Amino acid sequence: MDTLLLSRMQFAANISFHILFPAINIALCWFLVYFRLRYSAARGTPAAQAWEEAYYLWTKVFALSFALGVVSGVVMSFQFGTNWPGYMEKVGNIAGPLLGYEVLTAFFLEASFLGIMLFGRGRVSDRVHMVATLMVALGTTLSAFWILSLNSWMQTPAGFRIEDGVAHAESWFQIVFNPSFPYRLVHMLLASTLTASFLIAGLSAYQILRRTTNAGTQKALVAGVVAAAIAIPLQIVAGDLHGLNTLEHQPAKIAAIEGIWHTERRAPLTLFGLPNEVEGRTDYAITVPGLASLILAHDIDAELKGLSEFKGEHPPVAPVFWSFRVMVGVGLLMLAVSWWMAWTLWRYGRKMRRVQPASEGRPSPHVEQVPLARWQLRVLAGMTFSGWVATLAGWYVTEIGRQPFMVYGLYKVADMVAPHAPGMVLSTFVAYLALYLFLLVAYVLVLMYMAKHPAMPVPASPQGARAAVPLGGPT
Amino acid sequence: MDITWPELLPLIFMGVMGLSLLAYVVLDGYDLGVGILLPLATDAEKDIMVSSIGPFWDANETWLVLGIGVLLIAFPRAHGLVLSTLYLPVAVMLVALILRGVSFDFRIKGRAAYKGMWNALFAAGSLLAAMAQGWMLGSYLTGFDTSGWSLAFSALIALTLPTAYVVLGAGWLIMKTWDELQHKAMAWGRRALWPMALALLAISAATPLVSPTVFDKWFSMPDIIALLPIPVACALGLLAAWHVLRRPAVVAAGYGWVVFASTVLIFVLAFLGLAYSIYPYIVLDRMTVWQAASAHESLVIIFVGVAITLPVIIVYSVFLYRVFWGRATELSYLAPPPGEPPQSRARAS
Ligand code: HDD
Ligand code: HEM
Ligand code: HEM
Repeated sequence: MDTLLLSRMQFAANISFHILFPAINIALCWFLVYFRLRYSAARGTPAAQAWEEAYYLWTKVFALSFALGVVSGVVMSFQFGTNWPGYMEKVGNIAGPLLGYEVLTAFFLEASFLGIMLFGRGRVSDRVHMVATLMVALGTTLSAFWILSLNSWMQTPAGFRIEDGVAHAESWFQIVFNPSFPYRLVHMLLASTLTASFLIAGLSAYQILRRTTNAGTQKALVAGVVAAAIAIPLQIVAGDLHGLNTLEHQPAKIAAIEGIWHTERRAPLTLFGLPNEVEGRTDYAITVPGLASLILAHDIDAELKGLSEFKGEHPPVAPVFWSFRVMVGVGLLMLAVSWWMAWTLWRYGRKMRRVQPASEGRPSPHVEQVPLARWQLRVLAGMTFSGWVATLAGWYVTEIGRQPFMVYGLYKVADMVAPHAPGMVLSTFVAYLALYLFLLVAYVLVLMYMAKHPAMPVPASPQGARAAVPLGGPT
Repeated sequence: MDITWPELLPLIFMGVMGLSLLAYVVLDGYDLGVGILLPLATDAEKDIMVSSIGPFWDANETWLVLGIGVLLIAFPRAHGLVLSTLYLPVAVMLVALILRGVSFDFRIKGRAAYKGMWNALFAAGSLLAAMAQGWMLGSYLTGFDTSGWSLAFSALIALTLPTAYVVLGAGWLIMKTWDELQHKAMAWGRRALWPMALALLAISAATPLVSPTVFDKWFSMPDIIALLPIPVACALGLLAAWHVLRRPAVVAAGYGWVVFASTVLIFVLAFLGLAYSIYPYIVLDRMTVWQAASAHESLVIIFVGVAITLPVIIVYSVFLYRVFWGRATELSYLAPPPGEPPQSRARAS
């Protein structure tokens, strides 16, 4: 294997591992803000305990995921220099400031307020603690903003000029808000919402199945299902608009996504099939006539460009084609599951309200009374990590679809790579891969372990009781 | 001598990068040091040690991201050269930092039976990261020379930088702990202080020998006198640390912070000396600050960001340390029960 291929594989492994955790954290932090607000609002009522316990368990998950996100992110920031020095030499004038603003505005915000958010209760006032939690949420979202701005600029570069082969900034506004950025940002924030929602709903369902609930399990499950049910239709609309935008700026990517080999009018939508790049056709294709033109151009007779128009400058077809179908497939599954669960919950809630008049207050069903059937819970538990699958698949569409370019239409990946000996890159690649597999297994096992032991340590008496809890980091 | 704005900006960024890396070395230095010391403590003490760095380590590590970030933002050419030359030690450091950062959380959240494994990984990651950083520093100081002497020099720093971190970590623990563990920390500090002092001496002697550029800067006539305060202050710092480390009574009287403070002083002075040696190069003898710098308009846009945000970051970092001031306490995600002020928990044991 050559250095280029190994460097690409290593980069892909690193970023794929990294994105798993931001995908959870960006939205999970807003869930924590929500739990925290509900807790404050419910203070003095029995519901407060439930919100507190939900907050407690999911803070533990957040802290763990955040640690993984930070350390894998540090790897990312070194990657450009160690493996892609050409990248910074050519587009450093643009990538540099964007990455710089991410560090300055987002990372320090997250990292500094994280300590207070996690361990500061009782040391700072409730208000300050709430502000710290908000700052962390803001920080993660802001960092998504900057990094996606850079990534989008690499997909649809704008606002620059080239001097001696090096990109120079002309308009920072056009650079930051480049043509694909709004779509990508919205699509990614929704992807994170879905990832966190299904994680919360799925793990809560798992707790109920295992009978290891705490008082907050029910509330967390409902919050997850409702958030997912709201986010998924938005995501599908956003994805569709994103596709239209891509058609305008990266037609070769769309041709690969849809498996359109030759330019044609009334292009059919290929549901499934085996892309055959050697022959330039899709084998065993199941198609719907005219639908691709309809979806992509909103006109059944529209002409779509085929791959043959981009000889040597289009991405490998099969990975893009398949990743796209995985993402959309998971998205449709999410739609079905979340709406169905939300429907069941809603009907149950209506029935309860009819049985118990409003004067007696809202029903506070005991945790065992979750209105979902066991097999519904099993479906939810099975979807726990579905957000990861769709998010990774989506990124593969985007990133592999940009090949062979590093910055679309301007610089090729092959010109940016550091000329290391393949053996050296191979050795680090294997080391990273082994480490990531180990950590991924540990992470999932520990999540399940936490789900099975969700109890909050009980602070018995005001004096001395807490000293009995063993010292030692987060309990 | 008048300097134009386009000439000045790269220098300012060199300063920002240097200060970030200094902040990193001092801040992550103490938590790496605490990690290296972990195997020497009992299980209960391990928990206290980890608690003492719990709220800080993430923010500490972010200074590394900023330092590397500025290298990348302001000096893209040097960034590629430095990091691709240091490919292997960087990879080792990253793997070590990953292990360390995650063990911190896993050790307490996972099954109790695995706590020992995560503790071991935490310590091993801390040591390995410190050694890799030492190697990189050595390699950088020799201008990435790969002759036998230069490699030996890098190896020397790889072996001794951890001792410096251990002294910092011990100094931190002296401030943050009490009784038995505090006494242990003093003993650890005493044992690590000598290797650190020797290393400092060896590096100061070897750097000019390895690099003629550095030799000329330090050993020409008026300069040598002007520079004298640096080694003298270093020696005084070492003496102060040694003095306090040997006297439990002084620590009990509330002067435990002197160990940490004088170690930080030594780090700062070593850094100033280094900065003086290297200026105006960014890669010794190969690339000056100006040759490596980004386009002016890109530096300006990021300068605005730095000028506004860096002071704010410093203010809220100070706030963070204020909030967790005092002895290390049990860390919890929960609010303490009413009626119990957090400070009183300090010596709860
Ligand atoms: C859409 C979101 C997203 C994407 C595409 C990336 N990241 Fe990231 N990153 C985050 C979202 C994020 C985050 C949400 O802000 C993190 C994850 C851990 C955490 O929860 O914060 C984070 C942490 C994080 C850190 C640690 C910051 C700290 O010390 O606190 C670094 C250095 C990076 N990232 C760097 C990168 C680089 C160089 C990327 C691209 C090549 C990248 N990230 C892709
Ligand atoms: C976070 C989600 C992301 C994922 C899952 C992802 C995934 C990938 C994958 C799979 C590749 C390899 C493509 C190939 O070689 O066939 C790649 C390449 C690359 N990506 Fe991303 N990427 C993500 C975000 C980003 C961001 C935010 C940036 C930059 C700011 C970026 C910059 C690059 C670069 C420089 C390469 C290497 C060169 C190349 O192969 O194009 N990626 N990424
Ligand atoms: C079901 C309808 C969906 C459609 C039509 C759709 C459409 C798209 C398209 C066209 C792209 C490629 C953008 C490009 O040109 O680079 C994309 C990327 C992506 N998708 Fe989807 N998507 C859908 C569902 C989902 C779901 C459910 C998730 C995750 C939970 C998801 C996550 C992503 C991510 C993370 C990316 C890469 C980042 C980006 O470019 O925005 N998508 N999607």
